[in-house]
Amino acid sequence: MATSNIHEHGATVAHAAGHHHEETFFSKYVFSMDHKMIAKQFLIAGMMWAIIGGLFSVLFRVQLAWPDETFPLLETLFSNWFDSGKLTTDAYYALVTMHGTIMVFFVLTAGLSGTFANLLIPYQIGARDMASPLMNALSFWLFILSSLIMLASVFLPTGMASGGWTIYPPLSALPQASSGSGMGMTLWLISMTLFIASQLLAGINYISTVLNLRTKGMTMFRMPLTVWALFFTAIIGLLSFPVLVSAAVLLIFDRGLGTSFYLSDIYIGGQALAYSGGSAILFQHLFWFLGHPEVYIVILPAMGMVSEILAVNSRKPIFGYKAMIFSILGIAVLGFIVWAHHMFMTGMNPFLGSVFILFTLLIAVPSSVKVFNWLATIWRGNIRMTPATIFALGFVSLFISGGVTGIWLGNATIDIQLHDTYFVVAHFHIIMGIAAFFGMFAGVYHWFPKMYGRFMNETLAYIHFFITFIGSYLIFWPMHYLGMSGVPRRYYSFNEFKAFAEYGDMNILITVAAIIVFFTQFIFVINFFWSMKKGRVVTELNPWKANTLEWTTPLERIHGNWPGELPTVYRWAYDYSKFEDGPDFIPQTVPMTEEEIQMEKNAHH
Amino acid sequence: MQLLLITLALVLVFVVIVQVGKAVELISVIKEEDDRREETSRSVAFWFGITGFLLLIFMAVTGYYEYGKFLPVPASEHGVWIQELITVTLIVTGIVLLITNFLLFFFSWKYRYRKDRRAFYYPHNNKLELIWTVIPALALTVLVGMGIDKWFKIFSEAPSEAIRIEATAKQFGWYIRYGGKDNKLGPRDFTLVNAENELGVRWNDEASQDDFLSDEIVLPVNTPVYVNIAALDVIHNFYLPEFRLMMDAVPGMPTKFWFKPTITTEKMREIKGDPEFDYELACNQLCGTGHWNMKRVVRIVTEEEYKVWFAEQKSYYEQNILAKKEEATPVAPAVAADSAAAVVDSTVTE
Repeated sequence: MATSNIHEHGATVAHAAGHHHEETFFSKYVFSMDHKMIAKQFLIAGMMWAIIGGLFSVLFRVQLAWPDETFPLLETLFSNWFDSGKLTTDAYYALVTMHGTIMVFFVLTAGLSGTFANLLIPYQIGARDMASPLMNALSFWLFILSSLIMLASVFLPTGMASGGWTIYPPLSALPQASSGSGMGMTLWLISMTLFIASQLLAGINYISTVLNLRTKGMTMFRMPLTVWALFFTAIIGLLSFPVLVSAAVLLIFDRGLGTSFYLSDIYIGGQALAYSGGSAILFQHLFWFLGHPEVYIVILPAMGMVSEILAVNSRKPIFGYKAMIFSILGIAVLGFIVWAHHMFMTGMNPFLGSVFILFTLLIAVPSSVKVFNWLATIWRGNIRMTPATIFALGFVSLFISGGVTGIWLGNATIDIQLHDTYFVVAHFHIIMGIAAFFGMFAGVYHWFPKMYGRFMNETLAYIHFFITFIGSYLIFWPMHYLGMSGVPRRYYSFNEFKAFAEYGDMNILITVAAIIVFFTQFIFVINFFWSMKKGRVVTELNPWKANTLEWTTPLERIHGNWPGELPTVYRWAYDYSKFEDGPDFIPQTVPMTEEEIQMEKNAHH
Repeated sequence: MQLLLITLALVLVFVVIVQVGKAVELISVIKEEDDRREETSRSVAFWFGITGFLLLIFMAVTGYYEYGKFLPVPASEHGVWIQELITVTLIVTGIVLLITNFLLFFFSWKYRYRKDRRAFYYPHNNKLELIWTVIPALALTVLVGMGIDKWFKIFSEAPSEAIRIEATAKQFGWYIRYGGKDNKLGPRDFTLVNAENELGVRWNDEASQDDFLSDEIVLPVNTPVYVNIAALDVIHNFYLPEFRLMMDAVPGMPTKFWFKPTITTEKMREIKGDPEFDYELACNQLCGTGHWNMKRVVRIVTEEEYKVWFAEQKSYYEQNILAKKEEATPVAPAVAADSAAAVVDSTVTE
């Protein structure tokens, strides 16, 4: 029943796509409703935000490395934020806040999911487009609107929001507590509310597309892992983002209407405020109820793409396909009941703390299953070291290195020592910052030929990889040691404390590495735009010899994806090197042979 | 000018890199796809392997060095317990980190692409999946068990003889209040807060009348201390790195932490070989532009020294409230010494 419906739907669109209708510049490039174009829009917007977010981090890293130097050059460039050659404290905290906000939400949520969910879900399940192309376009334009509002706060005389990306009240609620808590925070809250609306429109669309528009034969357990990962990501987002809206709305009430949801017993600027009965900790519960699943929203799409890319380029099936799906499910479910591990030091009931220790450390089990399965996938493979592969392998290394330290921090007893120190900064940057970026780079290098019909330059990609990989470890590995030595995060300068000032050399090393890594990313950007116009042209349909459906679409990227009927799927996506001879891959559209059907039957008995 | 030069230099570097990339690409396109892939896979896998090898050495050596040299000596009883857990966790996770990373780099190099080879079709093995689900689960059970056990020990009831002190944070500093001779901290009431009584202490309660404020936190070694932690304006965090003590200071929600310091400042100076060393109190929750500059010195002394110091302290109430009341009744009292000198109409506090 359902299958026949899908088929009919497919046929009508195919008919429509057959007619050439005039597309204007606006309908094609700007207000496009084609999933492929929207994916590109998200990718390029994400790249712009990444450059801004990265630049911000370089500016505050300069302050941390050389707290006593002056930088007249930087002052000429960023006169708002520098005063007599030094970054001001207000600007420092604003940059820290915006770096986090931009990277977590605009780059690694919108940029990553927005690009690859849009590109890959319809392609890999054999659909002509998203379930609702209009909602999809709306989602992008709401994201742009939210971006513009956030960007506007850069130019405010009172400065951008500066209470940290976690915007804990009362600091974020009271303009008298910090200059960034004035108009800057108002714009932050409006921007984030729009951003969440954009994410919800996108998420509903991804979920309904995966559930309803799979082509004939594409059962759930034949979907590539990318689609599974993006599917779970969308579900997590749909369940957790609304909670952040509620947190933001209550904060807006506290700021503007004099309510006391988060505020109580406050004496500031020589004045006792009339708030009473609120709980500052309530905000943290609401925030982290999104905030923690958010890290899985960031990392799951990267995991999905890495699984796919490693299988294709090892010429081997992904090891433990179902285990991979159930480990994503496990991570997604557990991800909702670990949020308070961000709050171990808020004075919570110790019993509550112990429950969160248990669940938090439990999440390491599905995570390690994934790592072992990736290792088993490349074991005895025939690994083509393409740029995508090497970034995927780098992802696995970073995921391990960032993952093990989660076992430290998730254990509240150790967290007493390490909470809010540089150890935490190291941990989450490696596992959800750099690792997610690596997943994103892997995805771009792998699917660029599909997006633009050209290859990216491989030599530049390798240079990009090695500098970024080594540089990232040089930035973030020493931070573990800073943290273990007690150095707290979010300090403008360590000079006031003897114990923290000792590590000046390490901070210089970190900053130098950060600057190098930041500028190295321009190799990627140049490669990206240059290859778009001048790269080596893709001449064969399936340059990576992959099994998934996107490589059965014609080279010319048409609206509706397939010119005739939609392809029919007969097998899973991972039949690589299944037989001794013949090609070492069997696309999903190839029917099973008698022999294979027999093999499968025998396996089940 | 300087800016122009830097920009030019950067542009030049990028142009060179891009040209190199183009040239290599042009040469390689001439070759057969398979040969080209085999060649690049070999060199990339080689450099990836070398990078991985160096990375593992870097991690192992710096980790070992850090653990021995940098990790501050724990100066409290529970700090030692945390250290034990860190040691066990470091060993477990360190082994996993090095082995899995090694396998990743080794496999990447060993199984690199060769055009005449074929990968091994190996889609799943339920026994293996079971093994690598159960083993991490068991290891984690041990860590969870140890962690929860120590966690409850650290947050157990404070011994009744514990010295009572209170740390109240504000933008950007601390008030340190001692329970005084009766070792009881007088009750506070937010509605009483004003410029002369910034903590809002209820003076008519007897327990509050012998309380005193101190610039430094002075404590005797090997005696339990019960710290009440509070904040006036925004969230702060009471952070004593050497004592492994950290707790948020939340306006409207008092928190607490008890601990037992085990090493005097004198002794720690010897251990560190630094005669200038002092324990320091820091803020560890972003609280505004002065967050990084909220230091107080903590002095751990012997029991005898503490008694001498304690005897010298004068009640805040007698010094500042009572004395001024007698001087200037019934006119409103002067501003307290430590306050920001903002005169507040006491009716505002409602």
